[in-house]
Amino acid sequence: MNIKNGKELLKRCSENNMTIGEFILQQEMEESGASREEIYNRMVENLRVMEYSTSKGVNEKVISVSGLIGGDAYRLGKYLKNGKSVSGNVMVKAMSYALSCSEVNASMGKIVACPTAGANGILPAVMMTMKEEHDIEEHDLIMGLFASAGVGAIIAQNATISGAEGGCQAECGSAAAMAAAAVVEMMGGTPEMCLNAGAIVFKNTLGLVCDPIAGLVEVPCAKRNASGAVSAITAADMVLAGVTSRIPFDDTVAAMYSIGKSMPEALRETGIGGLAGTKTGKKLKKEIFGSKNEKSSNKMNDDTFDAPDQE
Amino acid sequence: MKKKYGVFDIIGPIMIGPSSSHTAGAAKLAKIARGIAGEEPVEVIFYLHGSFSKTYKGHGTDRALVAGILGMDPADENLKESLKLAKMKGMKVSFEPKDLGDVHPNTVRVDMKLKDGKEVSVTGSSIGGGAVEISQIDGEDIQFSGNYPTLLISQRDVPGVVANISKLLYENGINIAYMSLFRSQKGRDAMMIFELDQNIERDILEKLTEVDCVEHVRFVPLTSDVINYPVM
Repeated sequence: MNIKNGKELLKRCSENNMTIGEFILQQEMEESGASREEIYNRMVENLRVMEYSTSKGVNEKVISVSGLIGGDAYRLGKYLKNGKSVSGNVMVKAMSYALSCSEVNASMGKIVACPTAGANGILPAVMMTMKEEHDIEEHDLIMGLFASAGVGAIIAQNATISGAEGGCQAECGSAAAMAAAAVVEMMGGTPEMCLNAGAIVFKNTLGLVCDPIAGLVEVPCAKRNASGAVSAITAADMVLAGVTSRIPFDDTVAAMYSIGKSMPEALRETGIGGLAGTKTGKKLKKEIFGSKNEKSSNKMNDDTFDAPDQE
Repeated sequence: MKKKYGVFDIIGPIMIGPSSSHTAGAAKLAKIARGIAGEEPVEVIFYLHGSFSKTYKGHGTDRALVAGILGMDPADENLKESLKLAKMKGMKVSFEPKDLGDVHPNTVRVDMKLKDGKEVSVTGSSIGGGAVEISQIDGEDIQFSGNYPTLLISQRDVPGVVANISKLLYENGINIAYMSLFRSQKGRDAMMIFELDQNIERDILEKLTEVDCVEHVRFVPLTSDVINYPVM
């Protein structure tokens, strides 16, 4: 994207009197040469997969290939039906949807990387919750997705969206910032408010390391997706109430990048430090992969490895 | 160069989890390898390097690679069942950890044996977010991304071949997005790689094989329905 940073994005939106979503859609048309309809429909396709990945784990127990996670989205879905949650429908629904996406991903199901597969639950969870709890129409959801993509592109171009490069703050943090901006736009906030929400999310996720157990995108990734969705919604509410961020969006992105760069490698998706390096983390890894080069003790869910008898 | 991202680099790709580099990228890589082979191999050995060799099973890299060889896209929901499907087809598949040298951590060498006993070897890396880079074909260093329909032409390194080929493409209304030329030694074998804006018809591929000093022509299309382009 030929937009340098958040400041330029706001300037261009204001010059053209456009929302971020509309501006980003037009920018993509200009840069890719594709038609509005083509680009719009491609985003609709993404939304369809989001509908699938957010609901599958709530409707049925989805278990990961390693067996490390699964069934939590279903648990939250049932809990929500009981109607006695502490944080209310919006939050519990968003958490259940985010967990569903993470479970679908870890079970080798279909998802949209947004911005990555590891953080794929946050944006869809927030979008589907907005659709159902705030009656947001499809067209507005799609424009919200374009707004979030614009915010994501600025983050990716100025910092990183990779856990191996910047830790979890770069994956779940970025996804939550994108989702927060989308919510604000869908609720009628200005472009400036959208970026304020993104900035607040980063302020609350800075420093988050990437320390997956056994190097798998499961623990703690699934729950960090749930927490990212919550973070996005709370930041959006603050901004919609008139709260602003003292530190502008571009500065929070810069801070995220510099923190990421100074993070030791053990905390950047290597499965060595943090939770992965704990006694339990190491034990789980051993249980999943078995000892070195010993495939027989491997506990991975091997059902698809056995072909039926052939005649 | 400054990094540049489009809307669908951020929201997308649609893929089978759990990892864009270890699953989606692996499937894409293997599908390109299969495209280079020109037909479904009867036997495949995957030599896994670095992070691929350590975590391939947990990320389903093995299933993704086999799915690619079977012609599946990274978003194909049958990807998970690929090992079973390969076995049912009688395709022999194996995975071996191997140090492939100073390469990206997520690198694989795909050695394929075809029905007629011919062997094709393709090396590539999954460089993040589902993007890939092909770095070797049959031991020769080359480079392309697989983001475009790709034409690979092996020829003898003599003056005029490049001009004749690009002329032929021009005459048939084929637009070249990127082009590169690789050779192992002056005057010996060389390979030209054209990344195109569109798929190329079979009769044009045949015409390309008739160009002086062209040894063979391979075409790797983008869409899964046209995967069987034989090597000419």
